[in-house]
Amino acid sequence: MKQIINIAAKEFRDYFISPIAYIVISLFLVVTGWFFFSTFFLFDTADMRNFFSMLPIIFSFIIPAVTMRLFSEEMNVGSYEILLTMPVSFTDIAVGKFMAALLFSACMLLPTVSYPIFISFIGDVDAGPVIGGYLGATLLAGAFCSIGIFASSLTRNQIVAFIIGAAICFTLTILDQILFFIPSAITDVIAFLGADSHFQSISKGVIDSRDILYFLSVIFMGLFGTYLVMQEKN
Amino acid sequence: MIQVKNLTKYYNNFCAVDGINLEIKKGEILGLLGPNGAGKTTTLRMLTGFFKPTSGDILVKDLSISEDSLKIKELMGYLPESAPLYHNMLVFDYLCYVAKVRGIKKEKIPSRLKELSDLCGLSDIMHQSVDELSKGLKQRVGLAHAMMNDPEILILDEPTSGLDPNQIAEIREIIKRIGKEKTIVFSTHILSEAEATCDRIVIINKGKIVADDTTQKLKNRAASGSSINLSLYDADPDDVVKLLRTIAPDIEVLKKEPVEKGVASFEIQSSTSKDFRKQIYLKIKETNWSIAQLTRESQTLESIFHELTKGN
Repeated sequence: MKQIINIAAKEFRDYFISPIAYIVISLFLVVTGWFFFSTFFLFDTADMRNFFSMLPIIFSFIIPAVTMRLFSEEMNVGSYEILLTMPVSFTDIAVGKFMAALLFSACMLLPTVSYPIFISFIGDVDAGPVIGGYLGATLLAGAFCSIGIFASSLTRNQIVAFIIGAAICFTLTILDQILFFIPSAITDVIAFLGADSHFQSISKGVIDSRDILYFLSVIFMGLFGTYLVMQEKN
Repeated sequence: MIQVKNLTKYYNNFCAVDGINLEIKKGEILGLLGPNGAGKTTTLRMLTGFFKPTSGDILVKDLSISEDSLKIKELMGYLPESAPLYHNMLVFDYLCYVAKVRGIKKEKIPSRLKELSDLCGLSDIMHQSVDELSKGLKQRVGLAHAMMNDPEILILDEPTSGLDPNQIAEIREIIKRIGKEKTIVFSTHILSEAEATCDRIVIINKGKIVADDTTQKLKNRAASGSSINLSLYDADPDDVVKLLRTIAPDIEVLKKEPVEKGVASFEIQSSTSKDFRKQIYLKIKETNWSIAQLTRESQTLESIFHELTKGN
């Protein structure tokens, strides 16, 4: 546990040492801010539904950019060798890096909390969907972080890691919109695998254990995949 | 301290390390020598647990690397080849991070960093970013990293490569100093370095151990054989070989490529330590050839190394 914190703290600091953090956070805020507020006054309702409904698509490109360096860079520079010869287990490394990426995503989301606060001045905001939305966003970020870390562990090239990660995240996001092309016998199963519907139902303020379980199992599978890749490379 | 049993590593179909057996005692400084691609780095990486062996086992203080690799990693300090450090961190931050992961108590970290920076000469660069450092300085930071928790075993992969002569001398000095209490395994392809610092030398070639002896014994072995270089004007090579064979039955005369025109060159090898120069001179005096060169070369560690790793 101590080692997880050590690794997470180091990776988290690393984000803010390099310019990546500031670029990614500003990009995220500009994109979400623009898309949200450009139509906000047209709808004339004091809620955050539009903001949350576009999060999965934005996250599926932003989060892999956040996680792409976590393993690829280490393998490219060779510091991976230093990391693995210190007394840390594979689990410590995978979970530590995951925690750092998740914490970073939370930092990215934090400034957007000002949106509901400002909206509450001009109208009545229903707290339920907002709290649910942020809970769902955190879970979604976790799931995508874990997928991004898995993608990063596969290759020493950060760009390849980004593309693999974004491809998986994007597929999960649009899965329930392409059910049309899928044989009707398995549509229920495929629909359940999509991330978007689980996220949207949490962000309505309905906290269902199935949705939470879905995100937790995606996180687990991503990290377990990373663990297996590390073991295979060893 | 360390027992290596039948260690083998395959990369796909390529056999990098082929059944190495080795026992390293406590307090020994062991030099691992070999040409490029002989399997030195692979062996060291398996010792540190970075690579899993394809077969065979490594026991460190009776702990097997396949089962207790975490405990073994706590006992070891490792300097990888070319010290790949986190390039965006400050040296101080990096060493703090290593200290924390190595389990050094928070209140002891500053004093430990002070000790290491004095030992490795880092005090001027503590607040520089790692990617601004020259290769030699990185190597020193890597050394501080390896010695962070005062490990019982130090594994150094080509610790002096890419350093200037002063730095090489410094690093050797450090190795010798800490080697008094610790077990050190290091790889190098600089023979004089191994000669100067090691208690024991292991030469590997194509993944196999071809020599394993104390430095002194290897040197003695080297001194026993000798060769004589001879160059003659106006001589027919075949006649020379015939004539010289009459001196002693156990000498071997090899014709060499002539360096100059009209000069025939030979190498005369003997398995005994006897010096044949006088006999050779006297024999040649009887003929009408003239001597261009007659020198004796005693075999050095270099020639032993060359011989053992031939055909690479």
